[in-house]
Amino acid sequence: MAVARGGAAAPRFAFGEDIFGQKKLGVRVKGSVVPVLTVVLTILAIWYVAVVPMNVREVLTQAERAGVVVEPAAAVERRDAGRLGLVVNNLGHLGESWSMERARLPAPHQIAVELWASTWDEEVNGRRGIVQSGSFSKRSLIYHGGITLGATVFGFVIGAALGILLAVGIVYSRVMDMSIMPWAIISQTIPIVALAPMIIVVLYSVGLSGLFAKAIISAYLSFFPVVVGMVKGLRAPDAMQLDLMRTYNATKSDTFWKLRLPASVPYLFASLKIGIAASLVGAIVGELPVQRGGLGARMLGGSYYGQTEQIWAALLMAAVMAAALVWLIGWIERRTMVSMGVPQ
Amino acid sequence: MNQSTTKLQGTGRAQVRDAVISAANLDLTFETNDGPVHALRDVSLEIGKGEFVSFIGPSGCGKTTFLRCIAGLEEPTGGEVIVNGMSPDEARRARAYGYVFQAAGLYPWRTIGGNIRLPLEIMGFSKSEQTERVARVLEMVDLAGFEKKFPWQLSGGMQQRASIARALAFDADILLMDEPFGALDEIVRDHLNEQLLALWARTEKTIGFVTHSIPEAVYLSTKIVVMSPRPGRITDVIDSTLPKERPLEIRDSAEFIAIAHRVRDGLRAGHLDE
Repeated sequence: MAVARGGAAAPRFAFGEDIFGQKKLGVRVKGSVVPVLTVVLTILAIWYVAVVPMNVREVLTQAERAGVVVEPAAAVERRDAGRLGLVVNNLGHLGESWSMERARLPAPHQIAVELWASTWDEEVNGRRGIVQSGSFSKRSLIYHGGITLGATVFGFVIGAALGILLAVGIVYSRVMDMSIMPWAIISQTIPIVALAPMIIVVLYSVGLSGLFAKAIISAYLSFFPVVVGMVKGLRAPDAMQLDLMRTYNATKSDTFWKLRLPASVPYLFASLKIGIAASLVGAIVGELPVQRGGLGARMLGGSYYGQTEQIWAALLMAAVMAAALVWLIGWIERRTMVSMGVPQ
Repeated sequence: MNQSTTKLQGTGRAQVRDAVISAANLDLTFETNDGPVHALRDVSLEIGKGEFVSFIGPSGCGKTTFLRCIAGLEEPTGGEVIVNGMSPDEARRARAYGYVFQAAGLYPWRTIGGNIRLPLEIMGFSKSEQTERVARVLEMVDLAGFEKKFPWQLSGGMQQRASIARALAFDADILLMDEPFGALDEIVRDHLNEQLLALWARTEKTIGFVTHSIPEAVYLSTKIVVMSPRPGRITDVIDSTLPKERPLEIRDSAEFIAIAHRVRDGLRAGHLDE
């Protein structure tokens, strides 16, 4: 058999070169900075504007106490007046809008200050911080974030493992396909906020509490996307690829390990990303009724005492954690896909 | 033409002494929502050792289905197929044949070498034997040096050659090919046809080859089986008189044209029957 070697193939190899891939990645990161910044700045601008009408009643009450004449003068009338009207009538007395304590809607910089105070400042300079006491401060978001992270990861591992096992069962057993899938779907139609306290109470009565109870709620939320994605992935091989395995007289386990499982990898990672975010939500919801630490406890605590900045800081911390976790899965995905020969 | 058909159906297996594949009165009916579809009706054929048999016919004539019956991928509803003295299913389990599909169907997550190693891993060849065989078949299809490349790095023709190498790797005596070059352009196809003939001469395998190209069938085959649809059946079996050594130019010879003409007649007759 002769020739045909160079011609057709040569230009394609260049396409797959690492250098080219790197360059493309660089362009992607650099190119996304401007749009992302634009969106962030727009949100911040809207936020700063929204702070004024949101806090206007409290700001005017404070101004009145300080001796300023506001319009209308009676607190009762102000309560019934529209926020925008109050803003328009008292334009000169709104200076405190962005520096209120316990504001209805704190300004972004107030949240940033709170975030800094409850993370770095608390741990490095605080009496209870890691630097001076040797353990994380119970008042810091790092401590609470750590608790939530533990439950999230633990629950995610349980949920992902359960999801994969169920998916394998569903793909290989018709009985499981008919019986499990409807229940898996029904399980996700029940609001987790309603279910979480019951799960915690039931688990507590059998002697399980804390980390494990929260992890169960996380697992409950994260197994479902994994089941759905994995079932789809394991069924991704087409009839021809399955026939090929038959011509080799391959065993079921060969077909699974050498065809179905590798074919399911992209689907698996897509659902793991959804799963880990859901897992974080589950952990936070699981912390709400218990009040034994964690970002969920911090948020609820903040709302009890009107510490809105604390709620927002905890929310922000949760968002950062979710982003980091999804990014981590994405990073593992990219590494895996590269080793599986997918061009970058 | 009709004579040869009747003769073949009447005499059945006795015709070829050392038949590697023999089908007798094969029937296959698919039950569909629109009623039964007769994919094959009363198909009888003998394929001797070392023959290159092409199945040609329009879509729906059952040529692929027949190949799949031989491979044990489809269960006939009537009649009998014997492959290497066994039922097709036994032959499949004994890994009696290599199958090449229309699409190369290489696993994208495996390198070319890894793809060829796939059947060898499943069949339990030792690591050193795998390495040795991969190198040998890659050289056979002129892909030496491409072992570490991934499928997307190869052209369509090269991918199909890799899939042929995969089917050759475990040394089955029979090679079943289902329109392997159907999706390739004509220049690449000519080239691969030439290479396939060389490979066949070198390995002396028995080849069953489905195509809907008349020149391809005539150029490659020692025996051309003309089929027609609804119900899928054999309308003519032509033993090629072309020499075993076939340069591409042979396609301009009078002999070649005569055989091609007979194939075309067979195809047309199949349509007129309807």
